[in-house]
Amino acid sequence: MALLLVNNQRYTVDLPADTPLLWVLRDHLNLPGTKYGCGMALCGACTVHIDGLPTRSCTLPLSLLKPGARITTIEGLKTKEGKAVQTAWEKLDGPQCGYCQSGQIMSASALLASNRNPSDADIDASMAGNICRCATYVRIRAAVHEAAKSIG
Amino acid sequence: MGQAAGPGQAGSRAPAAGAWEPNAFVRVGGDNTVTVIVKHLEMGQGTFTGLPAIVADEMDAAWTQIRVEAAPADAGRYNNLLWGPVQGTGGSTALANSFEQLRKAGAAARAMLVGAAAKQWNVAADTIMVKQGVVTHASGRKATFGQLAAAAGTQPVPSDVKLKDPKDFVYIGKGAPRTDSRAKCNGTAMFTQDVRLPNMLTAVVAHPPRFGAKVARFDASQAAKVPGVKYVVEVPNGVAVLATSFWQAKKARDALKIEWDESGAFKRSPADIMADYKKLAATPGRVARNDGDTVKALAGAARTFDGAFEFPYLAHATMEPMNCVVNLSANSCEVWNGEQFHTVDQGAIAEAVGLKAQQVKINQIFAGGSLGRRANPASDFVREAAYVAKSIKGAAPVKLVWTREDDMQAGYYRPMYYHTIRAALDERGDVVAWQQRIVGQSILAGTAFEPMLVKDGVDATSVEGASTLPYAIPNVFVDLHSPKLAVPVQWWRSVGSTHTAFSTETFIDELATAAGKDPVEFRRSLLGAKPRHRAVLELAAEKAGWTAPLAATPGSRRGRGVAVHESFNTYVAQVAEVTVTPDGKFSVDRVICAVDCGIAVTPDVVRAQMEGGIGFGLSAALYSEISLKDGVVEQSNFHQYPVLRIGQMPKVEVHIVASNEKPSGVGEPATPVIAPAVANAIAAATGKRLRTLPLTLA
Repeated sequence: MALLLVNNQRYTVDLPADTPLLWVLRDHLNLPGTKYGCGMALCGACTVHIDGLPTRSCTLPLSLLKPGARITTIEGLKTKEGKAVQTAWEKLDGPQCGYCQSGQIMSASALLASNRNPSDADIDASMAGNICRCATYVRIRAAVHEAAKSIG
Repeated sequence: MGQAAGPGQAGSRAPAAGAWEPNAFVRVGGDNTVTVIVKHLEMGQGTFTGLPAIVADEMDAAWTQIRVEAAPADAGRYNNLLWGPVQGTGGSTALANSFEQLRKAGAAARAMLVGAAAKQWNVAADTIMVKQGVVTHASGRKATFGQLAAAAGTQPVPSDVKLKDPKDFVYIGKGAPRTDSRAKCNGTAMFTQDVRLPNMLTAVVAHPPRFGAKVARFDASQAAKVPGVKYVVEVPNGVAVLATSFWQAKKARDALKIEWDESGAFKRSPADIMADYKKLAATPGRVARNDGDTVKALAGAARTFDGAFEFPYLAHATMEPMNCVVNLSANSCEVWNGEQFHTVDQGAIAEAVGLKAQQVKINQIFAGGSLGRRANPASDFVREAAYVAKSIKGAAPVKLVWTREDDMQAGYYRPMYYHTIRAALDERGDVVAWQQRIVGQSILAGTAFEPMLVKDGVDATSVEGASTLPYAIPNVFVDLHSPKLAVPVQWWRSVGSTHTAFSTETFIDELATAAGKDPVEFRRSLLGAKPRHRAVLELAAEKAGWTAPLAATPGSRRGRGVAVHESFNTYVAQVAEVTVTPDGKFSVDRVICAVDCGIAVTPDVVRAQMEGGIGFGLSAALYSEISLKDGVVEQSNFHQYPVLRIGQMPKVEVHIVASNEKPSGVGEPATPVIAPAVANAIAAATGKRLRTLPLTLA
C-alpha cells in the first residue's frame, strides 16, 4: 500500500513497488495528461512536479517516492507560473500534435518558478530534456519569454 | 470515455437539440454552435483549424461558435478528392483537396440560413447581411444561426452556390486561433494512448528480433504469473500479453520465453546493403526522365563532375508510439485511433476480424504526431490490435501499446538510398548535362498504391524531386533501381524529397562553385521558366541579406547556404547560417525560409509548419540513423536515435509569398530543404562538401 498526494488529493494504491509513477497516474489514478514517450527519462513527455521540481515520472518507481511528496501533474497545475505558461502557450499557438506539451509546460513552469527572467540559453538548458518531434522549439522559447513578461 | 467538450475534441457527441445538418461537413446547433466535420486527421499540422476556417469564412460565422468534429470513416462522403475512393490524410493534401469542397459546403449553409431569414421576414434574400454569425436586415431584424437552424432545414439545398469574392475573406489568408491549443495545453486533449474503456485490457506484443522471423514456440509460464495478466496469445507477428494495466503487461511480456524461427529472417547490415547498392548504381536502371542526349552531352563537355550520396534508414519516432484501441463484438468492431488512413485501416480491420468494412466504426482522435507513420499501407499496428482482439474473441476491449523500443524496432522506415550524379559544365560555366541514378527500396511496391503510382517500374515516390529537377538544363537523365529487401519501408514526412532535395540541391551548389558563380544567381539563371521557384529563392535571399557578408565569430568559420525545392506543389527556399568551430563541430544558427503555398489559408499555421518542418528535417540532417547488425535494429530509444532538442534549434524566420493560386499543403515541404541548405552553408564555411546524411565534419 502506498499513500500518494497528487494535485492536493490523497490516494491509496496497492501496486507492485516497481510500478513507475507515470503508470500509476495514467492507469490507476485516471490522470492521462502526463504522457508516455520513452520510458527511460530521455524525452520528458512524462514530466511532473515533485515538491515543485520537474521530475520524469516514467523511471520513478513507487518504492523511491518519498513519503509525503507533493506530486503535481498537468491536470493540477495551478501555480502562478504554471497558469502564465499555459496562457502564453495558448496565445502563441505553441502546440502542434500536442503530445509532448504537458511535459514541456511542466518543465517551463518549473523553470519560471526558479528563474523569473530566463534568457534563451537558460531556456535551452532547462528544456533540453523535453523532446518535441514537431520541433515547436521556436515557439517554446517565445512562450516562456511571454509568460515571464506576464508575471513580471 | 469522459472526453472534455469543446473545440478540437474529436469523437462523436450527441448533437444539440434542434441541430440542422445542411451537408456532410456542417452542423448548426440550436445552441448556435457551428460544428465543422473534418475528414482529415489532426496530427499537429493544423487541419482542425485550417479546414474549419474555410467553412467559417463562407458562412460568415464567428470563430467562437465553431466546434470541430472528426468525420467517421466513410469514403462515400469523406474521401480524399486527390486520392480517388480512399479516405486518408497525407501528401500534404488535406487543405488542397478540401478547399473548394468546404467553401461550397459553407456557402450552401449560409445561403439556406439567409433563405430562411428572408422567408420569415418576408424580405428579399439579397437584402440580408451576415456577419460574425448574426443574420441582419436593414429593417432592424436580426437572428442568430441557432435561431434560424430549424427553418433553414426546410430550405431547398442549393445546387449551385456563389462563393465569396476573395477580397471579402474574413479568415482565409488572415487566420484564426488553433482550435486544439487549449486542450493541448491543459492535458485534456485525447490521444489513442489516453482512451480508457470499461474492462479494457492493455496488450503489449513481443515482436521478432529480425524481420521475417516467426514464433517457433513460446513458454508463457513465467509471464502468466505476473499479477494482472489475463491472456497470453500468439498473433501473426509475435506473442501478445494482455493485462489490466500497461506495466503488468510489459513486465509479463519481458518474462516470455520465445524461440524464434529465423530460417527466413533478414540478417544483413547497412554496409552490405550499401555495397550492393553501389554495384547496382553502375548498371542502368528504369528511366524516370530523359531530356535530350545526356550521354553525348557528357562526352563532349568541357568539364564533368561526379557526386555520390548516401542516406540511412530513418524511423519516424513520433512522440506517441504506435497504438490502437479495438472493441470487438459479434457483429461490430469499434476502433479508436489517431486515424490517418481511414478506409484502408477499416478494410484491414474488417478482414482481420472477419467482419464487413461497414461493421467497423472508426473514431478518429488526435495523433501524437505521425510524420507519415500512422498511414501504413499494410495497416500494420492497426491490424495487430485487431488480431489481438480477435484472439480473445472480443472478451474485452483491447488497447495495443507499443513501447518506444517496439516502435523504433518494428520497422517501416524511410528507405536507405544511394544516389550518383554526373553533371557537366560547358566553357562558359553553364550546366549542359545532368545524369542522376537513384538506388533504394520502393515504398509503394506491394501496396494498393502500386498500380497508381508505379509506372514502367518507376516508383514516383522514389524519384520525385529528382525527376522534377526544375533547372533549365538541356540534357537531363534520371533512372532508378528498386531492389527488394525485407526491411519494411514507408513514406516519411516529404517522402522522396527527403533524399532527392539533398542530392540535387547540394550538387547544383557544387556546380555553381565550380562555375565560379554565386549560388543564388546560378540557380536564378536556371529558373527562368519556374517563376514560383525563383520567387521563393529571391525572397529568401533578400530577407537573409544574401549579398551582405555574414557577421564573423572570432575563432570560428561561418557560412551561409541556400536551397530551393518544390514538393506537393508548395515551393520553399531556405537560407541557413552555420558556425563551424575549430574542433569540427557546427551549429545552425539561423534559417530564413520563404514559402509559396498558394493562398495561405491560416498564415500562422503555415509559419508553424515551416518552423517545425525545419526542425524535423534538422534531426535527420544532424543525427538520425537506423542501422542493423546482422538484421537486428541497433537503435531502441532516443539515446541511440538522437533527435533535435531545443538547444540545437536555430532561430527561424518565415516569409510567405502573397499568392492567389489554389492553396497547397505545408505539412511536408519545409522538411527536405534544410539539410541541403545546411550542407551548402558548411561548404561555404569550410570548402568541404558533405554528401552523406547525417552530416558529420569529423
